[in-house]
Amino acid sequence: MSTVISVSGLQKSYGTNRAVAGVDLEIRQGEIFALLGPNGAGKTTTVEILEGFRHRDGGTVSVLGFDPATRGGAAQSWRDRIGIVLQSTHDAGDLTVLESVTHFAGYYTNPKNPREVLDLVGLSDKADSLGRTLSGGQRRRLDVALGIIGSPELIFLDEPTTGFDPEARRAFWGLIRKLRDEGATILLTTHYLDEAEALADRVAVINHGKIIEVSTPANLGGRATALATVSWREGGLLRTQETDSPTKFIAELSARFQGEIPELSAKRPSLEDIYLRMIGSEHE
Amino acid sequence: MSKPTALSIGIQRGGLEIKQFMRQRESVVFTMLFPLILLAIFGSVFSDSIAEGVTFSQYFVAGMVASGLVNTGFQQLAIMIPVERDFGTLKRLRGTPMPASSYFIGKAILVTVSMLIQVILLLAAGVAFFGVDLPASANKWFTLFALVVLGSACSTILGIAFSNVPKSGRGASAVVSPVVIILQFFSGVFFIFTSLPAWMQQVAAIFPLKWMTQGMRSVFLPDSFAAREVAGNWETTRTFAIIGAWLIVGLIWAMRSFKWERS
Repeated sequence: MSTVISVSGLQKSYGTNRAVAGVDLEIRQGEIFALLGPNGAGKTTTVEILEGFRHRDGGTVSVLGFDPATRGGAAQSWRDRIGIVLQSTHDAGDLTVLESVTHFAGYYTNPKNPREVLDLVGLSDKADSLGRTLSGGQRRRLDVALGIIGSPELIFLDEPTTGFDPEARRAFWGLIRKLRDEGATILLTTHYLDEAEALADRVAVINHGKIIEVSTPANLGGRATALATVSWREGGLLRTQETDSPTKFIAELSARFQGEIPELSAKRPSLEDIYLRMIGSEHE
Repeated sequence: MSKPTALSIGIQRGGLEIKQFMRQRESVVFTMLFPLILLAIFGSVFSDSIAEGVTFSQYFVAGMVASGLVNTGFQQLAIMIPVERDFGTLKRLRGTPMPASSYFIGKAILVTVSMLIQVILLLAAGVAFFGVDLPASANKWFTLFALVVLGSACSTILGIAFSNVPKSGRGASAVVSPVVIILQFFSGVFFIFTSLPAWMQQVAAIFPLKWMTQGMRSVFLPDSFAAREVAGNWETTRTFAIIGAWLIVGLIWAMRSFKWERS
């Protein structure tokens, strides 16, 4: 698989604050890659450098074989191949959804059909509504429609489902997978660990301007081999036991109880547990 | 499919800007009717003639068209663009292949079209209610048209450049409006220019509004009035040269300082 984004030794400071302190990343064609990290970890700065919105202080960056710091006509051809969905915007309130999407289609060499894009994001019945009449979730779907209208090879999604209800989030995830299946590469930043787990092929955790780990959601932080926690009620007390062999342990419990074990549960650490552990350990 | 050009995108943006503008009813009413209201007030207050066959309304119409250029271009854009910056409109555009020049062209189209409509309304009302005489020759009509187009372009680009000065959309009006009002007083929009103190005249001569107003006087007043100008004639060439020079200054200023994001 070819590499779509390649970053090495990326540096960016604001005054004395080293927002990005040597980030290395490789993002491959056709994957959904999630970048996770607390506020102020350097996530937004990194992504905005990749999007060409900010200049870097050091390191090398290649996005679709192009340095995003370049300006001029070459940059325009590059922007023709990427789609950016920013965090909340409130623009174009006086245009209908279809007018906005149709107009943006005019910026690109190879745009998708505006009505098909509205179908894809589930806004067809709002095509003739003014932007300012949309709900938060509809507004976000319009943002996505504007981000993908140019048939991008690479899509940046910044906190795409903030403010969505659970049903809308599921529908949205389906849309993102569909875009990936059509061949697009997606770089996602999100605060929702369940979103990263559901969508991402690989995740990177960033903190204090450095990448701590890059892995699949299932393997991040040794999650696949982490101890499981078994809990049950015995003698009126809730008991817990950490174990690397939960099946064996439960079989033993089962033998002891001669049947049902009261309030039995066994769980592996969630992605969120692992993430918080990683971020927490970095704070020391 | 072929790659869209900066000009073709700019023209599309112009159409979109006009559509959005027309849907904001308050701003349409303000922009289009405000000059008419001013003309009505001044025309009623100063009902005397300033010379044989020339009413104050006739003098004032020149000032109103010229200051319309500043209001519709400079003032409107220097207030509107910081709001677009706050709303993320500009950042979103920055992330697309749209060239910056297309955005500027779109704004210039918006300003020029609303200016042409404004002039038509102003002249129609002036002729119908205030005894304003239309330009007397084809030559003067041409000067009027050329001044509106060049003046709109100049005012647009200076508005875009100045849009970096207000810190936010909320405070923009407070920063921009005083600049415009002072400039209007200094430039002889509300008064007869040559009756202003000499130092005011000299300050005004640096800025384009004075020249736009003088150019409009050459369009609306009889040629006998040329003798009353500071230089004793209309200085048409100098007028166009100075407005053109400001257009170039504005272009360089805007290109260098334009910000797509609120910093």
